[in-house]
Amino acid sequence: MTDNITPNRDTAPAQEPAKGAIVLEVRDLSVDFGVDKKWVPAAIGLNYEVRAGEVLAIVGESGSGKSASSMALLGLLPSNSRVSGSVRLSGKELLGSNAANIREVRGKDVAVIFQEPMTALNPVYTVGAQIVETVRLHNEVSPDQAKERALRMLELVELPDPEKAFKSYPHQLSGGQRQRAMIAQSLSCDPKLLIADEPTTALDVTVQAEILDLMRNLRNKLDSAIVLITHDMGVVADLADRIAVMRRGLIVETGTAEQVFRNPRHEYTQALLAAVPHLGQGGADDAAEVDVTAALAAATHAELESVDHADLVRRERENAAALATAAAERPQGEPVLELTDVAIEYPKQGRVPAFRAVEGANLVIYPGQVVGLVGESGSGKTTIGRAAVGLLPVAAGTMRVVGQDISAAKKNGKQLHHVRRHIGMVFQDPSSSLNPRLPIGESIGEPMFLAGEAKGSGLQKRIEALLDQVELPRSYRNRYPHELSGGQKQRVGIARALSLKPKLMVADEPTSALDVSVQAKVLELFQNLQKDLGFACLFVTHDLAVVDVLADRICVMQRGRIVEQGTRDQILRNPQEPYTQRLLAAVPLPDPEKQRERRELRAQLLASGVE
Amino acid sequence: MIQYILRRLLQIIPVFIGTTLLVYFMVFALPGDPIRALFGDRPPSEAVIAQLRQQYNLDQPFWVQYGLFLKNLFTFNLGVDFTGQPIAASLGRIFPVTVMLAVEALIIQTVFGVTFGLIAGLRKGRVFDATVLIASLVVIAIPTFVLGFVLQLLIGVQLGWAKPTVGATADWGNLILPATVLGLVSFAYVLRLTRASVIENMNADYVRTATAKGLSRPRVVVTHILRNSMIPVITYLGASLGGLMGGAIVTESIFNVPGVGQKLFQAVIRSEGPTVVAIVSVLVLVFVIANLLVDLLYAWLDPRIRYEN
Repeated sequence: MTDNITPNRDTAPAQEPAKGAIVLEVRDLSVDFGVDKKWVPAAIGLNYEVRAGEVLAIVGESGSGKSASSMALLGLLPSNSRVSGSVRLSGKELLGSNAANIREVRGKDVAVIFQEPMTALNPVYTVGAQIVETVRLHNEVSPDQAKERALRMLELVELPDPEKAFKSYPHQLSGGQRQRAMIAQSLSCDPKLLIADEPTTALDVTVQAEILDLMRNLRNKLDSAIVLITHDMGVVADLADRIAVMRRGLIVETGTAEQVFRNPRHEYTQALLAAVPHLGQGGADDAAEVDVTAALAAATHAELESVDHADLVRRERENAAALATAAAERPQGEPVLELTDVAIEYPKQGRVPAFRAVEGANLVIYPGQVVGLVGESGSGKTTIGRAAVGLLPVAAGTMRVVGQDISAAKKNGKQLHHVRRHIGMVFQDPSSSLNPRLPIGESIGEPMFLAGEAKGSGLQKRIEALLDQVELPRSYRNRYPHELSGGQKQRVGIARALSLKPKLMVADEPTSALDVSVQAKVLELFQNLQKDLGFACLFVTHDLAVVDVLADRICVMQRGRIVEQGTRDQILRNPQEPYTQRLLAAVPLPDPEKQRERRELRAQLLASGVE
Repeated sequence: MIQYILRRLLQIIPVFIGTTLLVYFMVFALPGDPIRALFGDRPPSEAVIAQLRQQYNLDQPFWVQYGLFLKNLFTFNLGVDFTGQPIAASLGRIFPVTVMLAVEALIIQTVFGVTFGLIAGLRKGRVFDATVLIASLVVIAIPTFVLGFVLQLLIGVQLGWAKPTVGATADWGNLILPATVLGLVSFAYVLRLTRASVIENMNADYVRTATAKGLSRPRVVVTHILRNSMIPVITYLGASLGGLMGGAIVTESIFNVPGVGQKLFQAVIRSEGPTVVAIVSVLVLVFVIANLLVDLLYAWLDPRIRYEN
């Protein structure tokens, strides 16, 4: 396990793997947290090492201890924790060393990139000031020299205008820019080891792909060792040389990326890989796997070095054949949701002018159809979802929901009240969308009670039936939301949305807050329910892979407009719009080899001047 | 930014008219005849009363009285009070004293409130924190006049550390005792607010980032925790300044401070409309400007807040 040769994972085959010296050596590392006067283990007896120029990915779901164990390396855990074992940085023991020594190492030898670029930088200081602070802390340089260094770092992380970024406050930068600034700060003292804690989790896919590119470039340039903590197998496949899989505080499997993806030994690793929805895999039923790389190559006439030409032609042909035979759309019945040239505005508030979030949207959902609405943050996808429920006014065009035109409906008027009885809504954050002071049974039953559909023992029976449908025990009826796990809470959310037997379900990122294995189960449940009950669904998400699993049709949104829509096969097998192509190419595949092809394709797409 | 400040300053006009009108009306509606009350048990002749009424415009209907008051105000002629002294001169005497008292109280409550709040927040759940919390609760619970008398007796009289009363010559030194009493109540709130804010910010991601950069604990606390924690505290301090200026009646009486509180109290008792309204007008101005300063300070502390048009 320790002597794995690290194959170079880069596109340039000339570069031989330079096996560096061991930078970090972790032996028997255990972390406990004191909870209610008891020690609860978060990590147990971890052993691993990272070499210079190598990326070790620590993979696991929430609660696996991957973050806690990595924060323990630098003593960044809260005071209710206990750490034992040995952590050696270039042979120097870090655990148990005095505070001044640890401070010396922090930020200089070992730097950290955190998950939330939104909150990881101090909002009241400029980006430049924060980098300068780091530089001057560890180097005896004048303020001018430190500024120069900071500007160089901002340039290194490929920020378009380093001078401007230097003077900006964090809130004036986009999420991706902020993460770049964070990386610039981390690298400002040439660390030997970089710990990246979910560095791309909060970012859009295209931005994520850019940050991953950046990190790969930096790794080659700087020869630092990198510990990458993530739950995303796609990110792992894109970046990692070696992988350690963690579950409940234990490392269950380690190996090279190749080994772990090709031949996972531990059953948890196998389950984890199986649970990852990857773009192109299709749903549980008849939908065939789509070779998105081949589809993109065909659509953009790209030539790939990493794929044999004949092989690529064969794959492109297979893709074309599959598209030709793909089931044509057979829309039936009266549309459940119909948008014609719809524009949606966030109304003017005081001095803040009205903001038009969606323009010229055309969209039809027929009964029993699942339409996936995909886009990155700020694309307007959630806005359409909210307007369909009458939560936002339609500024132009017509919006028909279950046969009624609600474009001119009064806010909270009778008409909307009536229409809403036919719509169920599932929200993104299961924790905050359930009233914490109501037992979940009441949350589920409330819509039926308010609509006058059922009360008394009839209502109780309906609640029990709904709990059965979402596969929760009936006894959970009297529990409160905080007593449930995230996945269970989202099941409650689904049950509540189903309670009035809606014709249309609007699901706004219902699984994005869940771990992959939980997400897989919730999606499966959702799919089964949809098949059994036959409701139409507008499924809003940023995750193309999720849409791929669920949707009959896919709409791609960008900057308030639907740029492309079609059946799943049309979009995945023959994407026409440059934005759709770019979006598809940015999704990392949980397979190192396929991801290498995808990466090359993406590089070509970007190089060919696609904006 | 300048536009924002101008807009805020223009807002003073309606606020000013509204408050003076309201206060003038309330004084006008007070029961009893202020002129007769002046003379107590020996009422003068009706002719004298009528003449005095005319002198103070009390024979006019409300709107005329208010209009004349405004006219005088804008010609910087505040008139004389019922004892024949020019109101402008007495305002000039009392306001410096009260401003001194309020500023001293503000400094005391800020320095001690923020310091203790910060330490308590950083040591959440420990002995210091618990002690400070209980002590602050006690301070909040004890009425000002009890606290005032106790401190006056203990520190002023028995220990002799400070002058128990102020008298005609108020300066920073002999105002220390009343300023402490005045500041103590707000001190408890400042402390609790700072503590809560520090606890919230202590666990913020950017504080972890600052630690991960290798900054020492004191630097993390001062540059990253304290500055971010001051944002809600500043708002409270600004609002409390008004209370310190106008609401110091009890404290001023106990320590015999010749300030606004005492003067206002006497004027209300005598139904002296012009004096009451003159004092209140100045207080309103102080209040509005203090709030404007707080908002500007707020934007300086938190760059996410921008006052655009």
